[in-house]
Amino acid sequence: MSKVNVILKVNGDLYEVAVNPSKTLVEVLREDLQLMGTKIGCQTGDCGACSVLINGKSACSCLTLAIESQNKEITTIEGLAPSGEELHPIQEAFVKEGAIQCGYCTPGMIMSAKHLLDKNPTPSELQIRQAISGNLCRCTGYARIVKAIQVASEKMNKSAKES
Amino acid sequence: MYIRNFTYLEPKTIEEALAMKANLGIKSSIIAGGTDLLIKMKHHSINPDFVIGLNSIPDLDYIKINTDNELVIGTMAKLTSIEESNEIKNYFPALAHSASVTATVQIRNMGTLVGNICNASPSADNATPLLAYDAKVVIMNQSGNRIVAMDEFFKGPGKSALETGEIVKEFILPVPSKMTGSSYQKVSTRSKVDIAGICVSALISLDKDGKIAKARIALGAVAPIPFRVYKAEELLIGKIPNIELLKEASKIAREESTPISDMRSSADYRKAMVEVLTFRVLEASIQSATKKKN
Repeated sequence: MSKVNVILKVNGDLYEVAVNPSKTLVEVLREDLQLMGTKIGCQTGDCGACSVLINGKSACSCLTLAIESQNKEITTIEGLAPSGEELHPIQEAFVKEGAIQCGYCTPGMIMSAKHLLDKNPTPSELQIRQAISGNLCRCTGYARIVKAIQVASEKMNKSAKES
Repeated sequence: MYIRNFTYLEPKTIEEALAMKANLGIKSSIIAGGTDLLIKMKHHSINPDFVIGLNSIPDLDYIKINTDNELVIGTMAKLTSIEESNEIKNYFPALAHSASVTATVQIRNMGTLVGNICNASPSADNATPLLAYDAKVVIMNQSGNRIVAMDEFFKGPGKSALETGEIVKEFILPVPSKMTGSSYQKVSTRSKVDIAGICVSALISLDKDGKIAKARIALGAVAPIPFRVYKAEELLIGKIPNIELLKEASKIAREESTPISDMRSSADYRKAMVEVLTFRVLEASIQSATKKKN
């Protein structure tokens, strides 16, 4: 039961790391790749803090083995603003609408919002609420989070039309 | 919350996976979506020395109608695919509904229908629709395939007809006759996300005279296993549906349930809700069957 080499494609970059097969994706992202944006919450798939996109679909990185994440496109919160300066429209909307209190749920919330808006660019309020039902905010700032996703969707549709 | 280390095995064919499972027996676990298995491993309720991943085996993720007019769901089909499949939405709406309210978006993107059933939880959201649709479980082992009817698959909490060395290949569901309606409902503290406190499915087929030709009522989370209420089904057969009849069938469902009290619901509440939900799913099934008749 020794370490194995795994190759992960995260935010378009390839990383090769030696890990125990028992290591979860979130552990490798944070501890080996130093991508600390993805948070560890409940560790059992209930809270959504560890949400990332795997092949474009939201997934709990705490319930995904790193070894099973090979040959897949993984996107973390860092991948939404690669320059580190210019924010993604969803991030911008979260800041502007005050949808962040303690901030711990924010990366997971934004990844769930990204998954939703990629699939459905014009969601209803109900669809937004359903899409983030797997993400818990213990500051209970849901109203502003929903608003932020609505604002982001409008802005993204507007700029899509203009371009 | 760490997982004890293990050796990860990555078979390339199903034959290879079956050979591994046969050799390693209870020291090994199969991983599909991992959403149940890894939680059990984090809680150390199981600590396998070997984990066999099915990810690298091609062609296990499918949902299709076969030439015998049956729906076939492959072992790696994700709950999101079940929820979004047009075939399932059209012919098996109770299953599309139950899949859509199983856990969270993330878990549905990861977890498989087969995994939800193989864990044999009494409250598995998708068990009662599969019982109502007369699903068959195709089980593979090294000597070939065997088929187990859904109502003989569950043996107890966490226990199924699956034996060591076996892997589920697919579920087969016969496409119901035209004048059929079906429905699923659950009660839990929160509308989704939560494990069901009570879940109920029904299927009703009408004949050309409007009599009930086929009836299925299945209950979840109110006994050690999800089960069919044969006594209530028999009552309905050959009769023209009316409110009194449905009330009587719902009462039988209540009497046949043997729930426990736990953090999700009290036994009394579960019994009361079995009656309410059975009535509602029967009513909804009959309405949708009648619509198709006209």
